Amino acid sequence: MTAPAPRPGWFAEFGGRFVAETLVPALAELETAVTSIVPSEDFQREWRELLRTYVGRPTPLTRATRLASRLDPSGEALAALWLKREDLCHTGAHKINNALGQVLLALRLGKQRIIAETGAGQHGVATATACALFGLPCEIYMGELDVERQAPNVSRMRMLGARVRPVASGSRTLKDAMNEALRDWVTHVRTTHYCVGSAAGPHPYPTLVAELQRPIGDEARAQLLAEAGRLPRAVVACVGGGSNAIGMFRAFEADDVALYGVEAAGEGIETGRHAATIGAGRVGVLHGARTLVLADDDGQIVEPHSVSAGLDYPGVGPEHAALARTGRATYLSATDDEALAAVRDVARAEGILIALETAHAFARIGDIARRERARSGAAVHVAVCLSGRGDKDLATLLARGLGDEVAS
Amino acid sequence: MTAARLERRLAELRTARRPALIAYLTIGDPSVEDSLACARAALEAGADVLELGVPFSDPTADGPVIAAAAHRAIQAGGSLRAALRVAEALRRESDAPLVLFTYMNPILAFGERELPSAAVRAGADAALVVDLPPEEGQALRGAAREAELALIPLVAPTTSRERMDHLLAGARGFAYYVSVTGVTGSGDAPLAEAGREAAALQQRSGVPVVVGFGIDTPAKARLAAAAGAAGIVVGTALVRRIAAETSPAARLAAVAELVGALRSALEPA
Repeated sequence: MTAPAPRPGWFAEFGGRFVAETLVPALAELETAVTSIVPSEDFQREWRELLRTYVGRPTPLTRATRLASRLDPSGEALAALWLKREDLCHTGAHKINNALGQVLLALRLGKQRIIAETGAGQHGVATATACALFGLPCEIYMGELDVERQAPNVSRMRMLGARVRPVASGSRTLKDAMNEALRDWVTHVRTTHYCVGSAAGPHPYPTLVAELQRPIGDEARAQLLAEAGRLPRAVVACVGGGSNAIGMFRAFEADDVALYGVEAAGEGIETGRHAATIGAGRVGVLHGARTLVLADDDGQIVEPHSVSAGLDYPGVGPEHAALARTGRATYLSATDDEALAAVRDVARAEGILIALETAHAFARIGDIARRERARSGAAVHVAVCLSGRGDKDLATLLARGLGDEVAS
Repeated sequence: MTAARLERRLAELRTARRPALIAYLTIGDPSVEDSLACARAALEAGADVLELGVPFSDPTADGPVIAAAAHRAIQAGGSLRAALRVAEALRRESDAPLVLFTYMNPILAFGERELPSAAVRAGADAALVVDLPPEEGQALRGAAREAELALIPLVAPTTSRERMDHLLAGARGFAYYVSVTGVTGSGDAPLAEAGREAAALQQRSGVPVVVGFGIDTPAKARLAAAAGAAGIVVGTALVRRIAAETSPAARLAAVAELVGALRSALEPA
């Protein structure tokens, strides 16, 4: 048996377009737009101009010296730690790169309304921002649990004029928000663009989102060459659906650079209360793509768990599933407690309050450095995508007792 | 049998000039046993074809009524395997065509190469996979062809004419015309238009085309049928009736009443 020829939208055995027939024409239209409009000079000029003058790109690359010596006091493993500062994007996370791109695309497709799903609220805020900038009506689907735990972002979305629609079904998190957004889209597909925030979903979304997040890695690579004079030994990013990670990875895929994604292990993979889809998932179809999912033997999706709303998702972008399958990227996980500790450590060592999602990547830096040190025989440079800021998580952090020792 | 049984039955109905009445049940709501009893009641009251709905945790093409039924059903042990057991029980006592109505993920958990022959062994004649456009699922399609399990194509109001013809090329059994741009249970489906579209598509393709989504009364069934649909599907309305009753007997009576009324509405004048 010979392997089938690769089809657009497929990454090894993952990807595709598993949706109700009603949505197929809209996805085909979007696919055409991705190949014709997105690379066009006109689109690139307008989008990149916005990234520069509105988002604040290029975002800086920060060398984290104090954090590096805290993670590796002897300095034997970690020669240098570099942070790609997506938290300094307007709205506080990388999500705005994609949201602006998709809204520009929607305008060119003549769509009059934008919908989106959001977990941590960062993609919701980014989409609401892009819609405010272009005067488009915007509705954001968000699980009730996330509405609760990411309240500041709900207020921000409302302030920006977006309608936030709490979703009460299922685990009341990101997965359920995406279900509801898909139901809205299937009903209003002729007039509405669905601005997917993750590198997940049916083709062409994983490709589109990766393309729109690519500036993260492209900038980081050039900045590392300029600042460090070399490529890092490893690049690290957190993975829920995987948009910041894929944006970071794509630029380094052809280099001799190890790629690490870090998933949410929640209360521990062995407890079953986690969101480590690559670490513990199986092949399935969720939200329009064949990918790795958390599901039981009957094919029912298992409700995930993570302290971070943005990683609390039982699927993963198909490109990550493929990178894991081929071994090009390595996927680790970090627990809730490890992520919470990382938020505190990074704040105290570097003066940067990182998002709980991002903190999962930081929780594994020490291990990754030691592992790469063992493989390469010398202390290594590591670059991490600091995907977002943590102001939105303050309520969760305080409820978990972080900061108590200072207050008392 | 299998796909052929479904085709034979639809041909008989066509000769009798009566549109097919297709009834959908979520298997496991409120229990697998109740679903089997409701299925029997639907057949007795005049349903020609049954759709055995496999509950899925994340049914993005379904409206709130069927989504809620799916969640109850999963709690009560509903699954693809349970739907196959129901098919098996029905097949022992009836020759009515049975269609598995499912999302793709339960099939992948079961095994996409294994499902078609297992379904046919259980007595199912067709499967309708909501989130499987024809470009996807080649392994499942190959196994279905081999087992002679019909895979029912869906056609939507957003589907171009060219794509419609592509979707129906080589289709076995029937095609399902989705009356409305939306999820199941949508209120104001343009059923006369859908019926006309279905008739035109049937004319071009030679494949019977039935209309579903938004049919909850005899009048609406007649509207779609009079415009030329080869059959009509009742889903949400039936699921809602079943959910509204608290005793098994009342559920069966509700099923019989709605199915019976729809059947009367479809009798040739």
